[in-house]
Amino acid sequence: MLRAALALLRRDLLLARRRAGESLLVVAFLALATTLFPLGVGASPDLLGRIGTGVVWVLALLAVLLGLERLFQPDLEDGSLEQLLLSPAPLELLVLARCLAHWLATGLLVTLASPLLGLLLALPGEALLALPLVLLLGTPTLTLVGGIGAALLVGSGRGAMLAALLVLPLEIPVLIFGLAATEALAAGLDPTGALLLLGALLLAALAFAPLAIAAALRLALE
Amino acid sequence: MLEAEGLACRRGGRLVFEAVSFALEPGDALLLLGPNGSGKTSLLRLLAGLARPAAGTVRWRGRDIREERAEHAQRLHLVGFADGLKGLLGVAENLALQAALLGEPEARVTAALEAFDLAGRARDPVRALSSGQRRRLALARLLAVARPLWLLDEPGVALDRANRARLEGAIERHRAEGGLAVVASHGDVGLRDPLVLELGDGPPC
Repeated sequence: MLRAALALLRRDLLLARRRAGESLLVVAFLALATTLFPLGVGASPDLLGRIGTGVVWVLALLAVLLGLERLFQPDLEDGSLEQLLLSPAPLELLVLARCLAHWLATGLLVTLASPLLGLLLALPGEALLALPLVLLLGTPTLTLVGGIGAALLVGSGRGAMLAALLVLPLEIPVLIFGLAATEALAAGLDPTGALLLLGALLLAALAFAPLAIAAALRLALE
Repeated sequence: MLEAEGLACRRGGRLVFEAVSFALEPGDALLLLGPNGSGKTSLLRLLAGLARPAAGTVRWRGRDIREERAEHAQRLHLVGFADGLKGLLGVAENLALQAALLGEPEARVTAALEAFDLAGRARDPVRALSSGQRRRLALARLLAVARPLWLLDEPGVALDRANRARLEGAIERHRAEGGLAVVASHGDVGLRDPLVLELGDGPPC
């Protein structure tokens, strides 16, 4: 049972490695998008310092939403999704494995790239350190919640844009508490409250998102 | 062993078929015939427990498969057009991972590839295969992981004569070992005295 989930994880990671170029494109897109902000609002370090962490968080959210289409749609089209339903492992567990693999190729990548993005916005050293730490706690939630939207719309032919619209309001708490924690950490204040809330959101998403995603996928394939 | 009783299928509000009943014993093969759109694929999905019938029940050893979906999934192979193969992964890699996903990590991958004459391509990426070779790799799953019930959707499509013979041999060996096969086909796969079910072009009025 667990072995089937591990097999799925292994396959997804193999696939992610063979198309590593796609993931690097996401990072390149983020870096380019970041450089638009100094161009758009002016390169004053004071102004960038105030909006910088917010910009990186919003871009991280967008990067996760952009990747949602690849979460289940390719598997629906090539028949893998049907085989997942016929696996002895519970679909919820397989869904969790899939989300983990997807997060490693998108969320973790964004997390690792965040200091670089912060550097492009001339953020101070404390913020460069705080960003990846808090993103590490926040991006898995973004992926899990986004997965619900992706699963609900899989096969509807409307694709990622509508899924993004659907889940965006649900992602806002992560953005709010993530930003609060990052800014508190960067300013040397106590970030415990925001971090705890962020952790609670992650635990709730871990518990409920796989159930919701699996139910949506079963419905899509009936 | 596998019984269908009064099955009906509705797709998009249209009644595709109704009152489909049959019973299969170990060693039996059921040949599904019928024009495009007559519901052959839908019937296979019903038998796999992937879809809910509009009416009727499917039973395995007398028990409704909808009440034991997880157990039923482990009894069967469903091989259809969407083969679940990943173009970026190798031939043997694909088969081994599919078998592991079916809960059988010690699958007979090499033997299965040999049986469908793919051993020489084991390390090639699947996207380099022709459609016939791809179909053979999908069918190799049948032999890599032993399951009593084979549900095959047009398995002969894209196969040349030699490989169709390999497929027919595999099905007959499976039946000889007490397995069941339900094959949707336009008659290109030869089965030894199968039960035949003709799905019509919609129900008679």
